[in-house]
Amino acid sequence: MSGARPLDGPAFSRGATPVMTRGPQTIFLGLFAFVAFLGAAFAADDLFRQHMWVLFFVLASSTIVMLRRTSFVIPQPSATSVYMDDVVRYGSIATMFWGVIGLLVGVVVALQLAYPDLNIEPWFSFGRMRPLHTSAVVFAFGGNALIATSFYVVQRTSRARLWGGDLAWFVFWGYQLFIVMAATGYLLGITQSREYAEPEWYVDLWLTIVWVAYLAVFLGTILNRKEPHIYVANWFYLSFIVTIAMLHVVNNLAIPVSLVGTKSYSAFAGVQDALTQWWYGHNAVGFFLTAGFLGMMYYFVPKQADRPIYSYRLSIIHFWALIFLYIWAGPHHLHYTALPDWAQTLGMVFSVMLWMPSWGGMINGLMTLSGAWDKIRTDPIIRMMVAAIAFYGMSTFEGPVMSIKAVNSLSHYTDWTIGHVHSGALGWVGLISFAAVYHMVPKLWGRERLYSVRMVTWHFWLAMLGIVVYAAVMWVSGIMQGLMWREYDEQGFLVYSFAETVQAMYPYYVMRAFGGALYLAGALIMAFNIWMTIAGRQREEAPIGAAAPVRATLQPAE
Amino acid sequence: MSEIERDDVTGVATTGHEWDGIKELNNPLPRWWVWTFYATIVWSVGYTVAYPAWPLVSSATTGVLGYSSRAEVNQELAAADAARSDYVDRIAASSVEDILADDELRQFASAAGAAAYRVNCVQCHGSGATGSAGYPNLNDDDWIWGGSVEEIRQTIAHGIRFDGDLDTRFSGMPAFAGVLPNQEIARIAAHVVSFSGEPSSAELAQEGASLYADNCAACHGEAGEGGRDFGAPSLADAIWLYGSSEAEIAAQIRAPHHGTMPGWAARLGDATVKELAVYIHTLGGGE
Repeated sequence: MSGARPLDGPAFSRGATPVMTRGPQTIFLGLFAFVAFLGAAFAADDLFRQHMWVLFFVLASSTIVMLRRTSFVIPQPSATSVYMDDVVRYGSIATMFWGVIGLLVGVVVALQLAYPDLNIEPWFSFGRMRPLHTSAVVFAFGGNALIATSFYVVQRTSRARLWGGDLAWFVFWGYQLFIVMAATGYLLGITQSREYAEPEWYVDLWLTIVWVAYLAVFLGTILNRKEPHIYVANWFYLSFIVTIAMLHVVNNLAIPVSLVGTKSYSAFAGVQDALTQWWYGHNAVGFFLTAGFLGMMYYFVPKQADRPIYSYRLSIIHFWALIFLYIWAGPHHLHYTALPDWAQTLGMVFSVMLWMPSWGGMINGLMTLSGAWDKIRTDPIIRMMVAAIAFYGMSTFEGPVMSIKAVNSLSHYTDWTIGHVHSGALGWVGLISFAAVYHMVPKLWGRERLYSVRMVTWHFWLAMLGIVVYAAVMWVSGIMQGLMWREYDEQGFLVYSFAETVQAMYPYYVMRAFGGALYLAGALIMAFNIWMTIAGRQREEAPIGAAAPVRATLQPAE
Repeated sequence: MSEIERDDVTGVATTGHEWDGIKELNNPLPRWWVWTFYATIVWSVGYTVAYPAWPLVSSATTGVLGYSSRAEVNQELAAADAARSDYVDRIAASSVEDILADDELRQFASAAGAAAYRVNCVQCHGSGATGSAGYPNLNDDDWIWGGSVEEIRQTIAHGIRFDGDLDTRFSGMPAFAGVLPNQEIARIAAHVVSFSGEPSSAELAQEGASLYADNCAACHGEAGEGGRDFGAPSLADAIWLYGSSEAEIAAQIRAPHHGTMPGWAARLGDATVKELAVYIHTLGGGE
């Protein structure tokens, strides 16, 4: 990480006073560890005490690492002329690491549903592992991918170094601390029971601080740009950062029972609480998993394809339409509940109107490849991007369909929803992030190419097969489940008990776990490929495009 | 920018912007995209006119169709009730014995009871009504509180050891831990096993006979045949609520579990309780 530490270097010149590198940061970290220690000492409940011990050990060991890396050097003006890429390198590795962890936990929870004996009480029961899976893939994998790529993209498209110096490092490590605190909290049983917003108030406060720093770094870099215009990818990244800040703060407004305890009470009650939660929950999908990753797409697709963006006008119109319409769509998560009918109607119609604005991104992504369609055959990274955009298009069509009340009355609460979110998450978010990492890593580490391009093909097909198995199985089982729940006989009597519907799901649960395992296998191949690329190795293999004409040559008959 | 740059491949003009080598073409919005977008907007506006949508100060527009999801579900429930009202009214007016005697009514009540069972009873008694530890099997003929259809109805309506109902049935076998030493409890357990099978030691079972007669027979009967008047289970058959081994029986003597079943009359209504009683009675063990 030498590039990011401009103060590094052993040179002492006469007359200047050497100073400790990262002195204030180390001292701050040590003090923070001490605060965690006090938190453990004065905890109002056992869970808070355990969680503060976790925090203390994480911070204390970080302090020790910092102290061991300290050196005394002459201060020199920091290099501002080059991009700050070390934080992006760390981010790429973190993306890969959390991706594998999140997918692995996903396979475990899928198996727990099929084989309940795998629920190991209390820490590894489904109820605690499930938020671990969702947070690990959405926030740890997706979040690191977004932070790393946004730092990569904003510097290059603004021709400016990240603003704020070491603040970007605070964002990176602060975010990892958030992930660790959230994940350990779930396993200990600390939750505020809000889907995708499970961490309790003190972890939420920490994420707020980190997120504001993230916004400052990103916005500061844009303000320092040396380009006349702001590139479309940065609009999407910025809308993601700003909106997530707003959603996170409002949805997590709560009063803690004690400042040294885990429990807090939401500022909202009843149906207002539910609506706030799903306003957040739906826009976590909209702005985290859609807008953010569209930003990723808008940079990496044209770069990898070496083609211009298809339509500037479309990018403007679909951007503003998307962010204006998305924010209203949350009530479709509460169809046929205590939510008033008028709010359900609005949630539904805004979701339907969202169809074309979502597809604007798909059109711009796919049509950017016009003139470069041959690369789908020769470049597995392009193929991965095209598949990602196709899944994006499919799930942003499926979403509006499922928001229609008549459809929702069948699909709601069933595994169809799980299948829908996974075709978006595995297909769109996963594949576009993998493609971006494949694109970035050789450039970040100065490698000529990836360790193996053919392994990317393997990854692609394993992932595709995994998604198709997963999504198809969940469609069948979800619709079956919905139909069984509403099955009445000719006299109007319920035909199935709930337990019978669960029993009918069993073979699909097994197949779903298999699909997830395929996807995980692809990610493991990628992790190996990335590892070897960073290590500077190149696998000897025939280039993908070149082999084709040879095979096509006709051989004379014997 | 005086000269418009054109893309070599497609011949489309660019916007003249460039970021890190990325340019943008100045393609127009696809027409089908624009018109589909307009169509969804028009449809949405129309939908909000037809259905409750626009929030006002203290209420919202109700829509020209006058739709309400609450009214809709009430209508559906009323229609379902009306379709069955003939039978349900007759069930409400009849005793469970009369329902059982009337073929047509019994068939309807049994189907209705099965549906109610799937929603309300499977959680404890299982999909096949086979029960599990602590939850009686409803298929067999071993009834703690009686297996006639009226007795079953009474149990379902008012529950067992259910605080919410004054007519609930109540039994409380005392805990013998501390009253009798463990060795004597082990002898009683061996004697109890001897009613229906082979005790671990015939001698031990023999020693338990007088202890059983003194402490247990009043409720469970001289030969362990049980006493339905007190809700004392039969000990002379192979059906056990909390396990059949001597250790499990001894544990039950030391500190008995007292299971609770809620009364359902207040929640489900008399007719549904009767339907459930008929259904349970027809499972095979009804008397």
